[in-house]
Amino acid sequence: MNKKLKPFFLHLFIIIAVIIATYPLIRIFSVSIRPGDRIISTDLSIIPDGASFISYIKLFKETYFLRWIFNSLLITFATSFIGVSLASTAAYAFSRYRFVGKKWGLQLLLLSQMIPAGMLILPLYLMIMKLNLINTYLGMVIAYSVSSLPFSIWILKGYYDTIPHSLEEAAMVDGANELQAFYRIILPLSTPALSITFLFNFTTAWNEYLVARVVLYNPQNYTWTLGLFELQGQFITQWGMFTAGSIIITIPVLLIFLYSSKWLVSGLTLGSVKG
Amino acid sequence: MADVKFINLKKSYDETTILDNINFKIQDKEFAVIVGPSGCGKTTLLRMIAGLENITSGEILIDNTKVNELPPSKREVAMVFQDYALYPHMTVKENMSFALKMKKVNQDEIDKRVNEAANILQLSNLISRMPKQLSGGQRQRVAIGRAIVRHPKVFLFDEPLSNLDAKLREEMRIEILKLYQKLQTTMIYVTHDQIEAMTLASKVIIMNKGKIQQIGTPIEVYKKPNNLFVASFIGTPTMNFLKGIILFENQKLYLKSHDKFFFIPNFAFPLSDKYINKEVILGIRPDDIILDDSKIDVENKVEANVDVVELLGPRENVHIRLSSDKTICATSHSFNSTPNSKIIFSLNYPNIHLFDPKTQERIN
Repeated sequence: MNKKLKPFFLHLFIIIAVIIATYPLIRIFSVSIRPGDRIISTDLSIIPDGASFISYIKLFKETYFLRWIFNSLLITFATSFIGVSLASTAAYAFSRYRFVGKKWGLQLLLLSQMIPAGMLILPLYLMIMKLNLINTYLGMVIAYSVSSLPFSIWILKGYYDTIPHSLEEAAMVDGANELQAFYRIILPLSTPALSITFLFNFTTAWNEYLVARVVLYNPQNYTWTLGLFELQGQFITQWGMFTAGSIIITIPVLLIFLYSSKWLVSGLTLGSVKG
Repeated sequence: MADVKFINLKKSYDETTILDNINFKIQDKEFAVIVGPSGCGKTTLLRMIAGLENITSGEILIDNTKVNELPPSKREVAMVFQDYALYPHMTVKENMSFALKMKKVNQDEIDKRVNEAANILQLSNLISRMPKQLSGGQRQRVAIGRAIVRHPKVFLFDEPLSNLDAKLREEMRIEILKLYQKLQTTMIYVTHDQIEAMTLASKVIIMNKGKIQQIGTPIEVYKKPNNLFVASFIGTPTMNFLKGIILFENQKLYLKSHDKFFFIPNFAFPLSDKYINKEVILGIRPDDIILDDSKIDVENKVEANVDVVELLGPRENVHIRLSSDKTICATSHSFNSTPNSKIIFSLNYPNIHLFDPKTQERIN
């Protein structure tokens, strides 16, 4: 293809993709500032006539929205930290040690990812009920961190496998024990993979609805996903508040992504060994 | 400062024996080079000293202390890895001070030792760089620096020069030798390159298939190889081997090989009787084939044709065709050989090596 045409088509493709990706967000934003709870309108302008932030104010004043956000943040952060710490150590064992059942263990983890989430609802509910953790943060954190663990372990194991063993060996000869070699050498080198795993855990827990639906029943303990659907009535849905909520809940994820992008640099291990 | 002793050391994985019956001692302040082809177990042996491999049976003593059960961190050895193994997220300085920090040495002492090592290795101006900003040779120097700041009892080098280009390798070899003379610490160096072994070692340990073949000074293993393996492994160009039958004619011993007769002086082969009319292998280094007319032993000369000549600058390798399927290599400084011409040579008889073809052991 012509050298000038190639970038043109490439850019055209990217622009179309961006439009498709951002269009719903823009529409949701315009609904959230539209007067009256109307989701459908003949007006296609992004900022409609009589636009106001009244839905945003009402959301905070008339519902537990702030509480829901707090619940979601608490559960999500706890899930992400616990998930990453468990996955980082488990993956290390899978990557570095030889033990009975290593191969099967890894395949079993992968297999568990093939079970549809809906199928897990009942067993998870029964387990959390038996543990007497229904309607608690802890119950949610356990359910979430456990279910994202297999994927996290696979991601991290794959990354550890690329780190030369000689680095830990050098650290051990240099006077570190295995644990020190792990957290002083391996963990700092794995920041790209750790960030990915953290983000994965974060977004999964942040957006989760099904498990929350069965574990939480007290509106005060709701996560934002449950809370927003609370606004959806059988006959009437408060679309203004619903869309305003939808816009607000993207902010934490957006901030987390922006913050962690600097850790997502690859090639941190460049220059350590021959190559 | 310490000696290292191996007693009946054995290493095996499942059914495969990697190292068998290793018994020897490396004296304090000795530069011991363990050399052998790939897969001979030399790196495993080094890693066992460092504590990175378990010992199947036997003992390793460092400074008369049994270290079998000690973790690497407690053995007071420093190791330079083949792939350098620099910590990529730390600067040169942090790399070099890591071990001292682990040992909780105070910061002033750390700075002092790091600066000292950086000076010795000419790294002072690179101290705040990251490993990825360094060239291969510089990385190698940092790896060595990381070892010397620790003032360990024993230095372990695992093929440290194998990733460098030929010129740099030569330079670093001299650097390491200088370092050894300066530090006067026990060093154990693993390599597959026999030139490194010959140039660096005060003691060479030659290994093959998990067993020690010979231990000695470089000159001993060169002049008097114990067996065929050592004879063929040490020295470039490699030793020539001639398989033939020992004959006793006219009160003289000969080796008949490829229809040619090679004289064997009595002093070179006192055990002659047992081997008369038997097959042996004669080994002769290219340097011990005499081509110079004035030095040839006229009585015992051999005639053959020149096959090819390799010019190497200060000398040339003359390949002499003994028969359709056998050539031997001789080094010459006279530069008067041309391919396919006739050539007369004799062997430097005191320097011939004789081996038993069955046991492969030296018999003279």
